[in-house]
Amino acid sequence: MRTVFYILTVMALIALAFWSYQENYETRKALNDADGARGEIQQAHARLGVLRAEWAYLNRPSRLLDLVEFNFDRLGLLPMAPEQFGNIDQIAYPSEPLLPILNPVDVSDTGDQP
Amino acid sequence: MIRIPLRPLARILDARQKGENPDAIERENKRLRHEDMQAMSRARAEGRLLVLGLFFFCAFAVVGVRMGGLATSDPVEPRSATYGSPISAARADIVDRNGNLLATNFDTHALYAQPLHMIDPQGAADGLVKIFPDLDHSRLIKDFNGERKFLWIRKKISPEQMQAVHNIGDPGLLFAPREMRLYPNGSLAAHIMGGASFGKEGVAAAEVIGVAGVEKYFDDYLRDPANGATPLELSIDLTVQAASERILYGGMKLMNAKGATSVLMDVHTGEVISVVSLPDFDPNDRPRPATTGDQSDSPLFNRSVQGVYELGSVFKIFTVAQAVDLGFVNPSTIIDTKGPMRVGGFNIGEFRNKNYGKLSVSDIIVQSSNRGTGRMALEIGSKRQKSFLDAMGFFEPTPFEIVEAAGGRPLLPKRWTDLSSVTISYGHGLSSSPMHLAAGYSAIANGGRAVTPTLLKKTSVPKGPRIMSEEAARAARGMLRKAVTKGTASFGEVEGYAVGGKTGTADKPKPTGGYYDDKVIATFASMFPAHDPKYVLIVTLDEPVETSGDKPRRTAGWTAVPVAAEMIRRIAPLLGMRPTVEPQTLADITLTSSN
Repeated sequence: MRTVFYILTVMALIALAFWSYQENYETRKALNDADGARGEIQQAHARLGVLRAEWAYLNRPSRLLDLVEFNFDRLGLLPMAPEQFGNIDQIAYPSEPLLPILNPVDVSDTGDQP
Repeated sequence: MIRIPLRPLARILDARQKGENPDAIERENKRLRHEDMQAMSRARAEGRLLVLGLFFFCAFAVVGVRMGGLATSDPVEPRSATYGSPISAARADIVDRNGNLLATNFDTHALYAQPLHMIDPQGAADGLVKIFPDLDHSRLIKDFNGERKFLWIRKKISPEQMQAVHNIGDPGLLFAPREMRLYPNGSLAAHIMGGASFGKEGVAAAEVIGVAGVEKYFDDYLRDPANGATPLELSIDLTVQAASERILYGGMKLMNAKGATSVLMDVHTGEVISVVSLPDFDPNDRPRPATTGDQSDSPLFNRSVQGVYELGSVFKIFTVAQAVDLGFVNPSTIIDTKGPMRVGGFNIGEFRNKNYGKLSVSDIIVQSSNRGTGRMALEIGSKRQKSFLDAMGFFEPTPFEIVEAAGGRPLLPKRWTDLSSVTISYGHGLSSSPMHLAAGYSAIANGGRAVTPTLLKKTSVPKGPRIMSEEAARAARGMLRKAVTKGTASFGEVEGYAVGGKTGTADKPKPTGGYYDDKVIATFASMFPAHDPKYVLIVTLDEPVETSGDKPRRTAGWTAVPVAAEMIRRIAPLLGMRPTVEPQTLADITLTSSN
């Protein structure tokens, strides 16, 4: 009885050692993965920062103004003026489409001609 | 435990027989027993001390070993203890009220040299001068061949320059990663941004510190790693700021002014939507402060908060508003403005020695009569005038959130005499910045509550303390409107926006004392629309002169007002303000018959 107990204990010990060994390695792997992901996130953040800065730089008002002036022929953009505000009643309703002609009438007659 | 009896019968009997005192035996036995007990407790105590000593030894040994281990190992970030987003070490961004980027960080590199590792110092120096033409070639050669082991060459280089330095291929030229502050809009809102530079510098990193403007004022906030992901939101509107700067620059050039400033403020919240000071600079490449000459000529000088000048007649409306508030006058009260008027031994004159005669209070503003407001100021008295101007914030630097604002301390008379009261009533004898004026006009525009100028975007602002009645503010707005429709500021009319405002032309003081004859500060303080003001706009031109006529004109009505009108025409639509029809005052109903 006692022998069986000893064998069981040793086997449990080995199993636990194996388990903890595996857990250790999995934890390390998870930490490495997390580190990698964090590094990627940081890089992505840095890239995002650069893109945001570039976007802001490309959209700086002085450049937009130059572009508007440069492309005036095509775009015809002017600074916003008070006259550009309108009321809704200043806009005409779209004209109704003409009804289709279902019974055409011939206005020229060739009957009198020889 | 076997105890020896204290009085063993055998010995007692024996002693009795011998005629000895049997108590002596008991005492002797007690003594022996006590000695035993003492020895035992001593041994126990010693044992405990030993265990305790061992315990302490172990504890200290563990601490010591751990400390030794920490001291000899390389520092490592705790790997598993970070939850959520990692702390961003970058300085926080600054954005405008709509989220447009005003300041951000950019990764770049610094260039340094280690001459010990250089293979070809001459070639490296030649190559560097080709890439950076402003470097001193002979000095580089001297440094590379001298004693120095380390020297910085450039604090910031672009990727192209970095590649070019790589191409030199000298192992003694090295790069250090840097995070630099970038202002993508260039000189836009330069005085607000201020600028940043490097603090402590190392090879691995350098700290970025704000040197002026909002960058310095909020340096602690911006540097706090906890705020890395939350940008600082300013009340500035990028589009409006850009338009204001452009128009003001054009106006400054047209009016031949050497400087100009404008402040656009929301009258209810005190948020500053745009603030321009010209000439300006590029905060990406901040110029060095002027060490000689007049500081106000430097582009770094922020006229909107540091330009403390006597602003002239724009102050008249404060006197009038207070007089109306106190119930002394109403807009149609007639006041005699006839000269001569002597106060404290000085003659109070009018512009170009005019004489307006009897004027209504409203016309005093329209015509801008010094004697008219002077008479009202005398009636108000210096004490009340002082407390009124104090409540508007004219006695302290504005709490505007840029570091320069604290330097804009108004200049007040040392003794507030009757003469001071009179001159201050028309804007002389008290110097203040345009930002102060904007706050004062906002109080009139919003119906009589004090406002605090702020650069931060606010969602809700508690109402400031009341400094004048609603009626007095309304009356003052009516007069300001009249000053535009038929007074000195007639060029200020912008159709659809019912501008109300007051001009002010003040002679510039000479540094040596006295005033210049031909140098003025022309100011137009306006609000729009006058019947329900949303914004206050202050435009100040420094030494303007308008030369289209026979004689050069310098008054604000000819210089600052047209510039301000053009600004309103352009800015109001950008602020989403639709032109409105001004409500007309109802014709008076006169009782003609009592039947």
